[in-house]
Amino acid sequence: MTKTNLTLAEKVWNDHVVVKGENGAPDLLFIDLHLIHEVTSPQAFDGLRLAGRPVRRPDLTIATEDHNTPTIDINKPIADPTSRTQIEALRHNAKEFGIRIHSLGDIEQGIVHVVGPQLGLTMPGITVVCGDSHTSTHGAFGALALGIGTSEVEHVLATQTLPLKPFKTMAINVEGKLRPGVTSKDIILAVIAKIGTGGGQGYVLEYRGSAIRSLSMEARMTICNMSIEAGARAGMVAPDQITYDYLKGRVHAPTGSDWDEAVKYWDSLATDSGAAFDAEVFLDANTLDPFVTWGTNPGQGVSLNDVVPNPDSFTDPNEKAAAVRALEYMDLVAGTKMKDIKVDTVFLGSCTNSRIEDLRSAADIIKGKTKAENIRMLVVPGSARVRLQAEAEGLDKVFLDFGAEWRFAGCSMCLGMNPDQLAPGERAASTSNRNFEGRQGKGARTHLVSPLVAAATAIRGTLSAPADLEEN
Amino acid sequence: MEKFTTFTGVAVPLRRSNVDTDQIIPAVYLKRITKTGFEDALFASWRNDPEFVLNDPAYENGSVLIAGPDFGTGSSREHAVWALRDYGFKAVLSSKFADIFKGNSGKQGLIAGEITDEDTQKLWDAILRNPGVEITIDLVHRTATLGDLTVEFSIDEYTRWRLLEGLDDIGLTLRDESSITDFESRRPNWMPKTLPALGAK
Ligand code: SF4
Repeated sequence: MTKTNLTLAEKVWNDHVVVKGENGAPDLLFIDLHLIHEVTSPQAFDGLRLAGRPVRRPDLTIATEDHNTPTIDINKPIADPTSRTQIEALRHNAKEFGIRIHSLGDIEQGIVHVVGPQLGLTMPGITVVCGDSHTSTHGAFGALALGIGTSEVEHVLATQTLPLKPFKTMAINVEGKLRPGVTSKDIILAVIAKIGTGGGQGYVLEYRGSAIRSLSMEARMTICNMSIEAGARAGMVAPDQITYDYLKGRVHAPTGSDWDEAVKYWDSLATDSGAAFDAEVFLDANTLDPFVTWGTNPGQGVSLNDVVPNPDSFTDPNEKAAAVRALEYMDLVAGTKMKDIKVDTVFLGSCTNSRIEDLRSAADIIKGKTKAENIRMLVVPGSARVRLQAEAEGLDKVFLDFGAEWRFAGCSMCLGMNPDQLAPGERAASTSNRNFEGRQGKGARTHLVSPLVAAATAIRGTLSAPADLEEN
Repeated sequence: MEKFTTFTGVAVPLRRSNVDTDQIIPAVYLKRITKTGFEDALFASWRNDPEFVLNDPAYENGSVLIAGPDFGTGSSREHAVWALRDYGFKAVLSSKFADIFKGNSGKQGLIAGEITDEDTQKLWDAILRNPGVEITIDLVHRTATLGDLTVEFSIDEYTRWRLLEGLDDIGLTLRDESSITDFESRRPNWMPKTLPALGAK
């Protein structure tokens, strides 16, 4: 049966089928863009070498260094020998297999999910993969973007394809207008709290509705980035004029008649009006508050105006047990106002919120304000280019005058693989995407927040929204 | 890859939900560039807790993990599967797996079998009555048998076939190489290209 009314995800899928799977076999899909970083690729290259296979399409592959890289003293050799070995392995593999790499010190170096879009490599309607779950970020352009494991990295390197089982589709409808101080980060945290960390399992999410349409590309990337936190394989937003305006003129974006041809194709990708989703979720943007997490998975979030929930309020026994455990790990007592929670470190960075708009919005709030005594603030731009742009706009000065640390680009404290870690028991307000136990350092406690909440929190020392600043 | 038909080994009850891959293997262990030797990294933080199930001598040779729902969420790190495999696990049973984890397991010959919440509880109860008891995973019949308790598990049919046959994915795909070449010749030329490198002529 061929469907006539298709969703965005189905259209992109259909246009990439190399071999249609029969009798329950997966479809073989062509991969347009393969992003690589140092952590999940060395074993894949080893596999190629062992089998004597080349990289099929080095011209559709690009590497950058991000997870392990230091954010200070980047001109010195990497101090940690195991990190250094891993970075060197990537450089060596890129050279051996003819893959372009953006190394530390290069203007295009940075978090892989910031680099792809900024170069204009991430486009509507393409398939993108990377050995990293937050590849979902690229779905903001209307690309089908999937995080994959190392075996699949090897598979794509060798064949430029992936065998994939079709996904179900879920529409996330967000209608209305966000109030001041509420951002796309709050939308996605609210969505995850609503459907749970497993709610998107087996689905590709499509974010739709007036609230999504009015968001910038950067804000859309923040939302798609965290689709994986709802368990989804991917998240997408249909391309529109905002997408095209963002892309136009970027180094790898099509030009001239190619551009016109591309736009014509991109315009055909939006979900047909009669297309049916396998599931639908609705969220009212008008009433949304800034959202923060209280627990140890991204679904354990509440409005910043709320209190730490009582585990007894969960009917599902697994959720209840998880809440008990989370409160213990987070050292929180049910009923405590979220705004009374004192924070030690504020981290502004990660592929969720480290693009120029994120830095601008946080700088806007802290400009001319004083940092709370108890707070250490780390600002880590998503890429070297973002860092330079921020410096050109004087944002570095705003952060430094405020008392924050201004770092070089990379994943940094998002996962603490480099020395940027929290001490045991330390509590962070973090603009990243994961609040798992120990994610930002052994015993570290993480509250996921938007850049605006991060900035307000750095000023007041407790979890705060920008609106709270006006009250004093 | 080795063929998998049936396996019998010690069942380990991991009575937690939402076991994310950061817990299965913390990020500090991801700096290695080898594909083996991750056994020390498995559940590294939790293993510091003497009460943690793998520290119980009864489960010392554990090889089948029975976990709560939403197992393997979070990071796509295949290292999570390698760590389980290197430690000696051949199968994980849970009522719900994260998609990427499930996919990664299939590539490495680790069985990720889905069972009901009810059966999870029954298996946990049976193990706790008799710690160290063995369980048999039968991929042919998709069953897990512990004493007189047999539960069915589900696993993607294609993955099951591949594991039963011990087939490697890349080899399978390369049988379709001419279709790939065909597809490549039809791609529009405005599609993104990473080469030549920026600044190169
Ligand atoms: S910033 Fe964090 S989530 Fe993003 S790619 Fe790096 S480690 Fe992963």
